[in-house]
Amino acid sequence: MPASKIHTVKQTLHVIGQRTPKIDGPTKVTGEALYTDDMRLPGMLYCKIARSPHPHARIRSIDASAALAIEGVHAVITGKDLPVPYGILGWSRDEHALCLDKARHVGDAVAAVAAESEALAVRAVDALVIEYEVLPPVLSIDDAKTLVDEPVNGRARSGNVLKRVELEFGDLKGEFAKSDKIFEADYFFHGTTHAAIEPHCAIAKVDGASRLTVWSSTQVPHYLHRELALVLGLEESRIRVVQPNLGGAFGGKSEPFDLEFCVAKLALITGHPVKCLYTREEVFYSHRGRHPMRMHFETGVDAEGKLTAVRSKIEMDGGAYASFGVVTTYYSGQLMTAPYALPAYAFDSTRYYTNKPACGPKRGHGTVQPRFAFEVQLDEIAHDLHIDPIELRRRNFIGDFTETINGQRITSNGFLECLAAVEKASDWKARRSSLPAGVGLGVAGSMYISGTNYPIYPNDMPQSGVQAQIDRSGRVTLFSGASDIGQGSNSMLASIACEELGVDRRDVVVVSSDTDLCPVDLGAYSSRVTFMAGNACVDACRHLRTQILEVLRSEWHIDEPLDIFAGEVRTKDGKHRLPVKEAFRLAEARLGSLGSMGWYNTPKLGGEYKGGSIGASPAYSFTAHVAEVEVDRETGLVDVKRVWIAHDCGRALNPMTVEGQMEGSAYMGFAETLFEEHAVDARGLHLGPNLLDYRLPTPLDTPDFEAHIVETFDPEGPYGAKEAGEGPLHSVIPAIANAIFHATGARLRELPFTPAKVLAALRATSIPERLPPLEP
Amino acid sequence: MKTLVSLDVNGRTYEIAVSPELTLLEALRYELGLTGSKQGCDKGDCGACTVLVDDRPTLACLTLAVAVQGRKVRTVESLAQANVLHPLQDAFDQHGAAQCGFCTPGILMSAVSLLEQGGDAPDRLSIKKALSGNLCRCTGYTKIIDAVEDVAANTSSPGPPGHTGS
Repeated sequence: MPASKIHTVKQTLHVIGQRTPKIDGPTKVTGEALYTDDMRLPGMLYCKIARSPHPHARIRSIDASAALAIEGVHAVITGKDLPVPYGILGWSRDEHALCLDKARHVGDAVAAVAAESEALAVRAVDALVIEYEVLPPVLSIDDAKTLVDEPVNGRARSGNVLKRVELEFGDLKGEFAKSDKIFEADYFFHGTTHAAIEPHCAIAKVDGASRLTVWSSTQVPHYLHRELALVLGLEESRIRVVQPNLGGAFGGKSEPFDLEFCVAKLALITGHPVKCLYTREEVFYSHRGRHPMRMHFETGVDAEGKLTAVRSKIEMDGGAYASFGVVTTYYSGQLMTAPYALPAYAFDSTRYYTNKPACGPKRGHGTVQPRFAFEVQLDEIAHDLHIDPIELRRRNFIGDFTETINGQRITSNGFLECLAAVEKASDWKARRSSLPAGVGLGVAGSMYISGTNYPIYPNDMPQSGVQAQIDRSGRVTLFSGASDIGQGSNSMLASIACEELGVDRRDVVVVSSDTDLCPVDLGAYSSRVTFMAGNACVDACRHLRTQILEVLRSEWHIDEPLDIFAGEVRTKDGKHRLPVKEAFRLAEARLGSLGSMGWYNTPKLGGEYKGGSIGASPAYSFTAHVAEVEVDRETGLVDVKRVWIAHDCGRALNPMTVEGQMEGSAYMGFAETLFEEHAVDARGLHLGPNLLDYRLPTPLDTPDFEAHIVETFDPEGPYGAKEAGEGPLHSVIPAIANAIFHATGARLRELPFTPAKVLAALRATSIPERLPPLEP
Repeated sequence: MKTLVSLDVNGRTYEIAVSPELTLLEALRYELGLTGSKQGCDKGDCGACTVLVDDRPTLACLTLAVAVQGRKVRTVESLAQANVLHPLQDAFDQHGAAQCGFCTPGILMSAVSLLEQGGDAPDRLSIKKALSGNLCRCTGYTKIIDAVEDVAANTSSPGPPGHTGS
């Protein structure tokens, strides 16, 4: 395996760190940017998928004759046409594009049709005669433990258990024994979903040379490419996956879905291009969102509030398929060991299969739930010990360039600066003790990964490759397999090329997420793209830069260092200078070609135990939030007035984009705290599979967010950068919970905080005493 | 049974044959090739399909194509003139108000309608109210409201904003 590379930071930066609009901004604001459903191909057919109305049912028979008799219906496929199981993780391939034997949740895909219009396809789906034998559904964690005669999914280890992880670090017994106090409570995090505004869409086309192209709203083209080959039985070299512009993802498009296999198979059968666009209801039933978790946390402290030991027991309601669930099970424990030093730590997490839409990775995968529980528990500890909650967190800070109790390497760590930033911005010290009853401030902190060193399929190849090419027009073209899903990764790559090669942004073209054209990048998940694709891009551009500068030094007969910026190569004194476009032509003449491949792979990381590398990241980001709430004692309505976010992103390659990620993350966490709930009823039916009943906050509902960037310059990130897309979600949720407690004395441990729940908690609570103001 | 209708879209007249149930959104996207207006929910919940019908923000997914005959329809494609961005488009770009960009066309049309009402520059609350029929899942709305506020305040050049902190 190639060793990892560390690129030293250039001394002076010209582009990196500037507030720069995105390279695709203009096409997004004009509406020109093409998303998958904006594309139409000649002769294209439309696919619709027949879905199970039952949460658990054996498929007895499917009669497609009436559907096929409709004029304009070209084909019907069922599970038998796509019998190879798949799954995003190679060791839990537990689903089929179309159910083979039984349906495992309402909305599970049973058959697919291709017809000459969408309306005809809908008619054909209605004409299918599908006979089911209804089975008792498993609709809760408790069901999953007891109803084991007919397990939800045959891949379960035992009963309905997909995975159980029990790990213990340090002297747990001894540390608990010497604690002055032990706090214990139960917490619940409900299910929530991504609800990207663009519904999933895919188009497949087979050309005369039997090459299959799939355009899909996926955030992981490389994994989709591999799974398509597996399920369709085609060589990977005959498949091309292209991700057009993507209308939001948030983890909800990070694995293959039934529609991609269906359009591909139907295109292969009919010879026509085939498109499938999910309805909003189908998006909800496809889900892969946040796991509901029942969590028990036990935390020991000494009299000064120093943590001694933490133990959690977590049960996860996983839904019908594994998705990334094995990783989720690990993440629920493995990513809790910073930003606080834990002398001893243990977790016991179990993910169960249930007859519900499958859960998966949503922004902050696997850790948002336990982070909520633990940060609320820290608030309970602070209150009990009469320690300011920010001070309690400071006292337990793990430090930088250290190792966590479970063997994760921490490099840069700006958590204290994050706490200081939100403390100052919210005027915490003065306002916390002087706010009127019903108004409160709450704080919480968190950490997250910048990708991990654990690829989804074991291999020794790099995690990201970027190719850079310079042509005679002076233009730099970057080829990257990374997926720009709106977070701005293409613009991030372009900025790096501008920084390294001195070109104007208009002279950079980024070709991305097309498996025919681009080197592999593993995809837009785990907050890995800036760190990994960014480093690969630095590698590619730095190589070209070195070559070009060498040519010029030789041309100018000098030894001194040269800089490239603002379209010029120049010596420090400006005695020698040349426009970059001329420098490129000169270099091409001397070197023969101007192109290079860059790559990034993580160093070896993680603890020496089974699962020790899961959650091991080359760099962790850190976040602190303060939320201000006002609680209406009559109605139980919680009004979040303002949220201050401080995030250590290493270096902000583009502060405007980083703020956008921080604000968007805080919004999403706020939304799941008070508004959103993804759940099914006793028949397995979603409670509100539309964007009205599943309540996304509107601009009027959403508080003002104030983003404070903390820079720590990570030694291994590109120019010192770490992630910013997921970390800033976590701690907003417990910050709101803790603010509600500060405002009212009501301790809420079960999400979401609906008015009914808040009201019930208020009625059970007496008006709180305010902590005395702290000594300065 | 399809009927021939005449639609006035972005100042141009189109004659197309439509089924009575064809929505304005489908007509725009699939008959006229104006794919800037998006379908996010197809139920009138998300606002991604917002267009202006006789200058009023209208959900194209809940409006039948046959119902807008004789009325003026404006979509996001009408905003940029001769490749020069509308000030709101420019501000959205400069403020980083479009992340994935999928809700952007609808939000722009709601914002255009707000600013075309004239009068005093709207404050943040008025902007939020005007955009409350549009859902964005990426931005947390902060930079969207910043961008609209910037244009509303009639700054001659909506340059990059300062820190969002106060």
